[in-house]
Amino acid sequence: MSRPKVAFYWCASCGGCEEAVVDLNEAILDVVEAVDIAFWPVAMDFKVSDVEALADGELAAAFVNGAVRTSEQREMAELLRRKAGAVVAFGACAWLGGIPGLANLSTRESILQQVYRDLPSVQDGDGATPHEEVEVPEGRLHLPRFDDDVRTLDQVIDVDYYLPGCPPPPELIAKAVTALVEGTLPEKGSVLAPDVALCAECPRVDSKPEDLKLQRFHRPYEIVADPERCLLAQGLVCLGPATRAGCGAVCVAANMPCTGCMGPTGRVIDHGAKALSAIASLIEPREPKGVAGLAEELVDPVGTFYRYSLPASLLHGRVGRNGGRSRTERDGEEGAPATAEPAGAARRGGSA
Amino acid sequence: MSGEILIDPITRLEGHGRIHIFVNDEGAVDRVYLQIPELRGFEKFAQGRRAEDMPQITSRICGVCPMAHHMAGTKTLDDLYHVDPPPAATKIREMVYDAFMIEDHALHFFFLGGPDFVVGPTAPKAQRNILGVIGKVGLEIGKEVIGLRKEIRGLMNEAAGKAIHPVFGLPGGVSKQVSPELRDRFVAGAAHAVEFGRFSLQLFRDVVLSNQAYMDLVLSDAYTHRTYYMGLVDEGNRTNFYDGRLRVVGPDGTELLTFAANEYLDHVGEHVEPWSYIKFCFLKDIGWTGFEDGPDSGVYAVAPLARLNVSEGMSTPVAQEAYEEFSSTFGGRPVHHTLATHWARLVELVNAAERMGELAADPEITSPEIRTIPTETPTEGIGVVEAPRGTLFHHYRTDERGLITSANLIVATQNNAARIALSVDKAAKALVHGTDVDEGLLNEVEMAFRAYDPCFGCATHALPGEMPLIVEIRDPRGELVREIRRD
Repeated sequence: MSRPKVAFYWCASCGGCEEAVVDLNEAILDVVEAVDIAFWPVAMDFKVSDVEALADGELAAAFVNGAVRTSEQREMAELLRRKAGAVVAFGACAWLGGIPGLANLSTRESILQQVYRDLPSVQDGDGATPHEEVEVPEGRLHLPRFDDDVRTLDQVIDVDYYLPGCPPPPELIAKAVTALVEGTLPEKGSVLAPDVALCAECPRVDSKPEDLKLQRFHRPYEIVADPERCLLAQGLVCLGPATRAGCGAVCVAANMPCTGCMGPTGRVIDHGAKALSAIASLIEPREPKGVAGLAEELVDPVGTFYRYSLPASLLHGRVGRNGGRSRTERDGEEGAPATAEPAGAARRGGSA
Repeated sequence: MSGEILIDPITRLEGHGRIHIFVNDEGAVDRVYLQIPELRGFEKFAQGRRAEDMPQITSRICGVCPMAHHMAGTKTLDDLYHVDPPPAATKIREMVYDAFMIEDHALHFFFLGGPDFVVGPTAPKAQRNILGVIGKVGLEIGKEVIGLRKEIRGLMNEAAGKAIHPVFGLPGGVSKQVSPELRDRFVAGAAHAVEFGRFSLQLFRDVVLSNQAYMDLVLSDAYTHRTYYMGLVDEGNRTNFYDGRLRVVGPDGTELLTFAANEYLDHVGEHVEPWSYIKFCFLKDIGWTGFEDGPDSGVYAVAPLARLNVSEGMSTPVAQEAYEEFSSTFGGRPVHHTLATHWARLVELVNAAERMGELAADPEITSPEIRTIPTETPTEGIGVVEAPRGTLFHHYRTDERGLITSANLIVATQNNAARIALSVDKAAKALVHGTDVDEGLLNEVEMAFRAYDPCFGCATHALPGEMPLIVEIRDPRGELVREIRRD
């Protein structure tokens, strides 16, 4: 049997997904044995033309990390889609948009204004900002144009599988490759991780009360968390109950709450809404004033509950899909605090 | 023959750097533009976030150096909440940070920059990589490199939660104490890393220092710039990666100034050019006069070469020995030869390893006293670390609830951006004549910036990574006459 051909590719990512593959350490040699890597720009010397020369569907799988923000990323995603039997959205950014997806809270123009004019270290001058086409004494220079919003991979192409995590844990990467080689990949659309909440594999689960009720929330710096007890029971917003297992609860092992990078479990449409409702259901006070008091303590709902999933969510962000402006922005509220829209939006999500 | 030479990542990787060389009618290089073509806007979407989330949010700027952003962010939170971590927490942070410096420097020397020397600058491109290095130094050594990386990153995973995107930093301390068992592993890892560093230094001696052709390259004018240098030093003016004062020395090696992180706005400015998304840092004390070196230009450098240039010694014995050998080889400091950065990086690797060992052996490292709970209202905070690629500033302002109202990030490669641009320009002018250039020659141009280990992902808070290149040679009408690909 010939080895299945695979491709690795990155879109708008931080490089952490690539490092995660390198963190397979010596196991990476097994991967190289088991599959025929046809394309991996960060590590191997193959060209786009090599991919173009493949027959459609000749790649067994393409692992694509990062969200999508440029035309080139779109085109590469489309090319790999044609050439690959299966496309795997690799990591939180490709699946859900990831932390850089929080950029959907701002317009492209407001980002440029902030970075090149408003920040305190920027030199006062002629207010230059980068332009797509610039005349210099020696000729003309171009910078690429970027889309107005960050999109998930499956908002651009059809995706077969999702490998969660920021970055995906090496064990899940190895398992996915094994399933590919052995032809035991599950049904299309599957997330290649256990379909249970993180609490199921959390070593502190025994200290999570059956009828957990919270009088108040603490922010992580406000308390010294007991290193053995359930963090949620200590009043920290731990997204374990609403987040998929498979990471080994490594953040909790460092005595820090889960922030949700593994994304939702199956059948959840909107991870942030699910996480918010999971936490809200634990609030003890029932009268409006008490509820409002605890809600006040959740000072940044969008950054807390949608940290990795804003582009994939029903909200998509302040910047609408395909660069369309959200209603708020059309109404001229661009100057409003960045939290205004997300907070309201998160509340809508919570009641959904 | 006139024309343009464009060294560009192929289109699929347009988020990476590109080099645009303009060649005039005499065949000489007029000007080189190093363009960085992406921006993600972290400073913008940081607004409204909880300050304590910043160490985890900003680590996503770069998955190669997430610990640097995490630590700069964490130190900024100390300042923001007006809180001092207990001594054990500070020591744990520095120990873990040293672990990160070790593995990152090793990665660069053996995987990224080193192949140019170990295998050879004009060796076939297929050999200029880690496999080529292994071919030259032997499989056992190759396994040693992978093994050391695994061991050190294992320590980081254990202490910080995750090596890729750590979680342990909090204002006033760290979230997890170091168990005696983990302490022992740090001690062993440090000893291992010191030996690895000694080996790497010897390799550098054998391969580079004893090869006159390489040394000629290192010392050549094409790779030399007389600029200012900046880096963190301790109270004895010795290199420190985690904390200290910023020290700036001039092209003649004399101290221009020292300053605390919270004074950075008095000294560090950012210049904007319309043709790149990267901003170019300069010393406000001198001023921005354009892309030029010398004492009248505010252009400065950071990272290993700069750190050794601003220091008067290393804090540990083996590194001190290596530092003295480094200085005397070049006839004293400052060393203006960009390619010497590779050697400086190895000196630092040994320093980080020895320092990690010292901290691991400190009885206080296993103390449970790892947190000071903030009690004051947050206002404004500034933090600094030396990232592997140079000085990294984080600066946050918040409202009284600790929500970010303004964030400013000055990232290692940005500090170096102007000098990198100078280096590429100078190397191209010295090496490129006409548009009939071969791939090896272009690699020598690329070496001018690879020495900095530039992370343009960090620098524009955009895509990081290695840069596959495409070279397009065009005639004056813009017609493509030749193409060289290295992708």
